[in-house]
Amino acid sequence: MTYADFSIILPEFSILVFAMVALLVGVWTGKDARATLILWLSVAVLVLAAASLAFGGGPARTAFQGMFVDDAFARFGKVMALLSAAAVLAMSADYLVRRGLMRFEYPILVLLAVVGMMMMISAGDLMALYMGLELQSLALYVMAAMRRDSVKSTEAGLKYYVLGALSSGILLYGASLVYGFAGTTSFAGILGVAQEGHLSLGLLFGLVFLITGMAFKISAVPFHMWAPDVYEGSPTPVTAFFATAPKVAAMMLFARLVYDAFGGVVSDWSQIVALLAVTSMFLGAVAAIGQTNIKRLMAYSSIAHMGYALIGLASGGVQGVQSMLLYMAIYVTMNVGTFAFILSMERDGSPVTDIASLNLYARRAPLKALAVLVLMFSLAGVPPMLGFFAKFAVLAAAVNAGMDWLAVLGVIASVIGAFYYLRIVYYMYFGTEGDALDTRMPAPQWLLLMGTALVMVLGIANLFGLEAPALAAAQALVQ
Amino acid sequence: MIGLTHYLGVAAALFVIGIFGIFVNRKNVIVIMMSIELMLLAVNINLVAFSAFLNDLVGQVFTMFILTVGAAEAAIGLAILVVFFRTRGTIEVEDVNVMKG
Repeated sequence: MTYADFSIILPEFSILVFAMVALLVGVWTGKDARATLILWLSVAVLVLAAASLAFGGGPARTAFQGMFVDDAFARFGKVMALLSAAAVLAMSADYLVRRGLMRFEYPILVLLAVVGMMMMISAGDLMALYMGLELQSLALYVMAAMRRDSVKSTEAGLKYYVLGALSSGILLYGASLVYGFAGTTSFAGILGVAQEGHLSLGLLFGLVFLITGMAFKISAVPFHMWAPDVYEGSPTPVTAFFATAPKVAAMMLFARLVYDAFGGVVSDWSQIVALLAVTSMFLGAVAAIGQTNIKRLMAYSSIAHMGYALIGLASGGVQGVQSMLLYMAIYVTMNVGTFAFILSMERDGSPVTDIASLNLYARRAPLKALAVLVLMFSLAGVPPMLGFFAKFAVLAAAVNAGMDWLAVLGVIASVIGAFYYLRIVYYMYFGTEGDALDTRMPAPQWLLLMGTALVMVLGIANLFGLEAPALAAAQALVQ
Repeated sequence: MIGLTHYLGVAAALFVIGIFGIFVNRKNVIVIMMSIELMLLAVNINLVAFSAFLNDLVGQVFTMFILTVGAAEAAIGLAILVVFFRTRGTIEVEDVNVMKG
């Protein structure tokens, strides 16, 4: 039995063992001599784990008395999280070396955070949910404060820690209420108790607290206040990581929680989720307009995008979940490309994050400017790009679920939001002459920028066949 | 006779005090960390009370996990606080304001 359990968690277990060995090697050799090697080995381990999950297949299985669920939904989410983490690691290597931040702890913390995310995505029990969430969060707190001599980075770490711990506390309070009123912590057990019309007040309170805690983790409005500061203060590779893999994992956990544990009371939580979606979309779109720092802008952008993904979740049903999964996959791809570019933004060898520094960038680096233009159009949801189809999928799901008002509000918010993406493009092509950015770009960043931009254009043919696995994943979740 | 509701009442009161401690407190980051611990302990009281009431051990196992993770969380928080103090020379809440928001 133990052997069967461990064979199910083999990908997580392998990453964990590698992280421990890398930690020993790092400490043993000292002075970060092996940091670059450990980073690239970590990329390889993450890609291998993703490949083994993507091509593994097989029926849904559970391990450790239902605490750990391995189904099509979990595999889809894990592949997204693993690949985006690998991409972020690959594109941050050069940045870290040049800023003197290449410490061997960085890739190890990323690996531990990824193991936490995989635990979250596969959680089948409130305890597994909590352990996975904390394993991820504790690693992320440290990463935010990684630049120890910077006022901004340490402040970002402190803010993230305080608000993250607060959200964990709220989530736990909800978990304790759910345990008390359902009599069990397993999702399957809760699903049996929480049925339409029989939802006790205690369970409803527990559900609301749990959703609040999850909303903190995906930075949905009104629980978003940590995101802009943490994004701005953290070192850029860490910001790139925050904007990709943890968002996927938290959204997956959110979906798993509301369907696996509270799938019997969809009408009770779908209104809350719809409200979170609307406020996130609008605040994300409006608050980003005044930003001059591109990292802060990306924070508001990610808040808005989480709002759209939540539309899919709020719509409910297989189509809703499928559209949410597609949205997250496309969102992560766009963000990887955008952050590959942001990582390369520097003037005279030191990093800049001011949007005005992009003035007339297209004249000096036309190809890269074109790639950024494609990504920005895609983020804004302009039709020929993949980002449009992502938005179309969630809006169609909302309309089919009879939530026309939600779809209309989504369209309005996306029009407002288009302004600040287009402003970046405007600066690059029609700005005024100013201090020029360096045009240097290391190969991994260049490849990821061009690759994702190409994906945004080519993907419109058939979404790279992503729809079928997303459908299978959604069907595995929604029974 | 002390029943389940009494325990839940104490836990709810502690939890609310913890949350207010985070938002109302304007003095010191250490106080915020104490408030976070207060919240976690409120959750533990809830779980143990439910566990005894339901005759089910799972709640107590959950409590053990929370205690352990809470200790790790506090250690990391203090480490970040030390790093912050080294760069800013203060741990006043009002001085955590280099970035607006």
